[in-house]
Amino acid sequence: MSGREAILNKVRAAIGTAPEDAARAKIVKKRLANPPVGVIPARGQLPEEERVALFCLMAAKVSATVERVRKPGDVPKTVAAYLRSRNLPASVRMGADERLETMPWKALKSLEVKHGPATADDEVGVSHAIAGVAETGTVVLHSGGANPTTVNFLPEHHIVVVDAKEIAGDLESVFARLRQTFGKGKMPRTVNLITGPSRSGDIEQKLLLGAHGPRALHLIVVDGG
Amino acid sequence: MQITSPAFKENARRALSDAQLQKALGHVRSGFIDKRQYAVEALPEFDALRDSARAIKDHTLAHLDLYLEAYEEKVKKAGGYVHWAETAADARNVILEICRAAGARTVTKGKSMITEEIGLNEFLEKEGVRPVETDLGEYIIQLRGEHPSHIIAPAVHLTRDQVEADFRRAHDHLPVARDLSEPESLLGEARRVLRYQYFQADVGITGANFLVAETGSSIIVTNEGNGDLTQILPRVHVVVASIEKIVPTLEDVSQILRLLARSATGQDMSVYTTLSTGPRRPGDPDGPDEYHVVLVDNGRSSMLGTEFQDMLRCIRCGACMNHCPVYHAVGGHAYGWVYPGPMGAVLTPSLVGVDKAGHLPNASTFCGRCEAVCPMRIPLPKMMRHWREREFSRGLNPATQRYGLRAWAMFARRPKLYRLASSFGIPLLSFFKGRKGSFRYLPLAGGWTRHREMPAPEGRTFMQQWRDRDAQKQEARA
Amino acid sequence: MKSERVEESRRVGLFVTCLVDLFRPTVGFASVKLLENAGCQVDVPMAQTCCGQPAYNSGDRADAIAIARNTIEAFEDYDYVVTPSGSCAGMLKKHYPSLFKGDPRWEARAEAFAAKVHELVSFLVDVLGVRSVGAAHAGTVTYHDSCSGLRELGIREQPRNLLASVSGLELKEMRDSDVCCGFGGTFCVKYPEISNRIVEEKTANIRAAGAETLLAGDLGCLMNMAGKLERQGIDVKVRHVAEVLAGMDDGPAIGRGKG
Repeated sequence: MSGREAILNKVRAAIGTAPEDAARAKIVKKRLANPPVGVIPARGQLPEEERVALFCLMAAKVSATVERVRKPGDVPKTVAAYLRSRNLPASVRMGADERLETMPWKALKSLEVKHGPATADDEVGVSHAIAGVAETGTVVLHSGGANPTTVNFLPEHHIVVVDAKEIAGDLESVFARLRQTFGKGKMPRTVNLITGPSRSGDIEQKLLLGAHGPRALHLIVVDGG
Repeated sequence: MQITSPAFKENARRALSDAQLQKALGHVRSGFIDKRQYAVEALPEFDALRDSARAIKDHTLAHLDLYLEAYEEKVKKAGGYVHWAETAADARNVILEICRAAGARTVTKGKSMITEEIGLNEFLEKEGVRPVETDLGEYIIQLRGEHPSHIIAPAVHLTRDQVEADFRRAHDHLPVARDLSEPESLLGEARRVLRYQYFQADVGITGANFLVAETGSSIIVTNEGNGDLTQILPRVHVVVASIEKIVPTLEDVSQILRLLARSATGQDMSVYTTLSTGPRRPGDPDGPDEYHVVLVDNGRSSMLGTEFQDMLRCIRCGACMNHCPVYHAVGGHAYGWVYPGPMGAVLTPSLVGVDKAGHLPNASTFCGRCEAVCPMRIPLPKMMRHWREREFSRGLNPATQRYGLRAWAMFARRPKLYRLASSFGIPLLSFFKGRKGSFRYLPLAGGWTRHREMPAPEGRTFMQQWRDRDAQKQEARA
Repeated sequence: MKSERVEESRRVGLFVTCLVDLFRPTVGFASVKLLENAGCQVDVPMAQTCCGQPAYNSGDRADAIAIARNTIEAFEDYDYVVTPSGSCAGMLKKHYPSLFKGDPRWEARAEAFAAKVHELVSFLVDVLGVRSVGAAHAGTVTYHDSCSGLRELGIREQPRNLLASVSGLELKEMRDSDVCCGFGGTFCVKYPEISNRIVEEKTANIRAAGAETLLAGDLGCLMNMAGKLERQGIDVKVRHVAEVLAGMDDGPAIGRGKG
């Protein structure tokens, strides 16, 4: 008997059921097809402007830095200013995200924009989130050529652009949107929910930023996105 | 890993006299409790979420076979492989086969308690595959040849001086004169050393906090980002997870996520919550080429349908041990196996046998703080008591305890005899106290008087005095 | 003593607890006084011994059940069963029903019994509506929340509210008043070194609170803490909260002699 059958048989025997029990199968099928929504914290259930404000507040609480800009066209110069303020080299790594591509990066002559997945030498990565979650100050990104997952983790500084109108009140809303985008029951290879910069408390419970992932997470919220 | 749970008492004694350890354990008390309290109080829906999460897990366990099948189907559809391992040995062998097929010489590992449980590191090393732990705490204890003493803070038993000494010993290629006096510099060094390892590794192994039946996704929840680098840089990603990690849907995950980080570290949300589904897709510029899930039973199915089933709701947040006075006193290693604290006191006897782990469910004051903070509302003291019942019925507890209990019960079951004995014994005992009011030493109560005085009885028993009072009242009436 | 609620029938059976019976009868008489002052008719059935926790928590269900049957039979006729211990009240109220689950003859009896059980101070406050006890105690006290009372029965504010009505008394809270003292019934003799470490933590907090007297609602915890304070030479008097509330705090404190 395979491990699979052995385990499933033991589970069924313990539950006291037969594999062909149709009523149970129906219950499971129904839950998977129409997931019931549980308790949603009231905290994030706000009109858009307050929701975005909560997102910024929660993100700052977990040591992300947050800036708001009026339109997508303002992003490149905001990135350049961030690099200057941190004494970082004028070079960023990003994927082929359409929203990022259409921004006026070329107007900044001194800024080098490298495309493709991140390497060990990249100091700054730029990504475009698909969504934000106001209740926790979380940004949501997924794998693919537009925003390679390595950009989220290898550089010491991660700059994430998120459109204000994509900031949801709660996590469930984001998952519902993913379902719409990719189809029911389907997911991209990686979905990253990122809440603040990397940290560790493993030495004497002292909280330190920049354990393995980025030491700094800078969020740029685009209002007129 | 060798089980030293039968030597719990000796382990505990050693821990209590270990000054370094006692200093480090102070950080458990100061580091976790207030932060959790604050995060919980800031979320009015916390208790409603606990009820919701409990219901989700109970529902899942009642339909576990079906959700496992649904999950497997989705993983396969996404291009991943599912391996079923009945025992720890099965799991180790499957993982070794995957490593061999990948030609792996080095594997990086994200933090995972299940790989501790199946003794994966020792096994891989013996078979010529080098495992490198990448979580900072896990990395430190791997350098020391130790095991985690806490399920979310594996190196909580160590002080920074000890870590510095370990780094100087292990990283002997680095300048001797470098400054490692601050945790920041220790972290920086670990980051640089491990960065190189991620790129060397052929296989990355992570655990899973959840397996989602709806999508076939595995989810890890971390703060450092090591689990992510472990799974996106090597060519092969292996997920090792026990069967009770299954959760039906993304909505269900959302409910439990709100409890997990708050209960564990007092964060609203951990830094990285990562959903991984299958290998990289056509056109993806990064991510693993292969994705394997090893589903481990190793005793879980034997807990289903028993009085220990509720334990399968556990999400490994560590809140129970963070709030446990016994854990605070002796630390995690004293428990003698992988899982310490109250959750370990229930789980360990289930997984290794109560004959070996009998001390664990006994070493509790039943103060109930673990159950009070458990996000999944697991009745931990009740289940420890169930283990005591099994031990008692199998005659596993020490003979002196059994005889003592028998003698006491003989009186406690017979009120008249009890009254007679106490009305004779107590005034006598009281007589010997002299003027002091307490005893420095008392025969048969050495466990008590070794550490504290034994308050003496006031005099005659309450019942004797009450009877007199009643008699006087009746006389007065007559 | 003022009582806001008036009920027709208030026949209370006092479950003295084995420790109070043997070691500290004053607590029993203080309980009687508080109950009588609140308008109860108090009786003490002679057929009681112990609540059975030593057996129950050692895994000895058979003896626990036998003792529970005795207790239920002895107290069934009263309107209320009151006990000056959160731990014993928790046993009678929360655990007796679970001992008889599925027993056709006893399950309902145990449930009916459990419904009548109350810990002393919470009975005074929550059931009888007592707000003030009219006692006096000149001095500072600190209060330890015993585990079972706190977490099984939700006793936290009740003793503090009644203590606030004691004239001359000042409550100085200790740090971690809700953390276990390390007694744990048989735990303290099965694992004496661990128990000692836990009670050391507790006495450090008691000392730091700087109060003259330590109060709590469970004699087991009180004997443990009193014994440790005495051994460490820390000059804090230890009493059951009922002694202060009843104004019966003029005798020697727990573990203290007359001299």
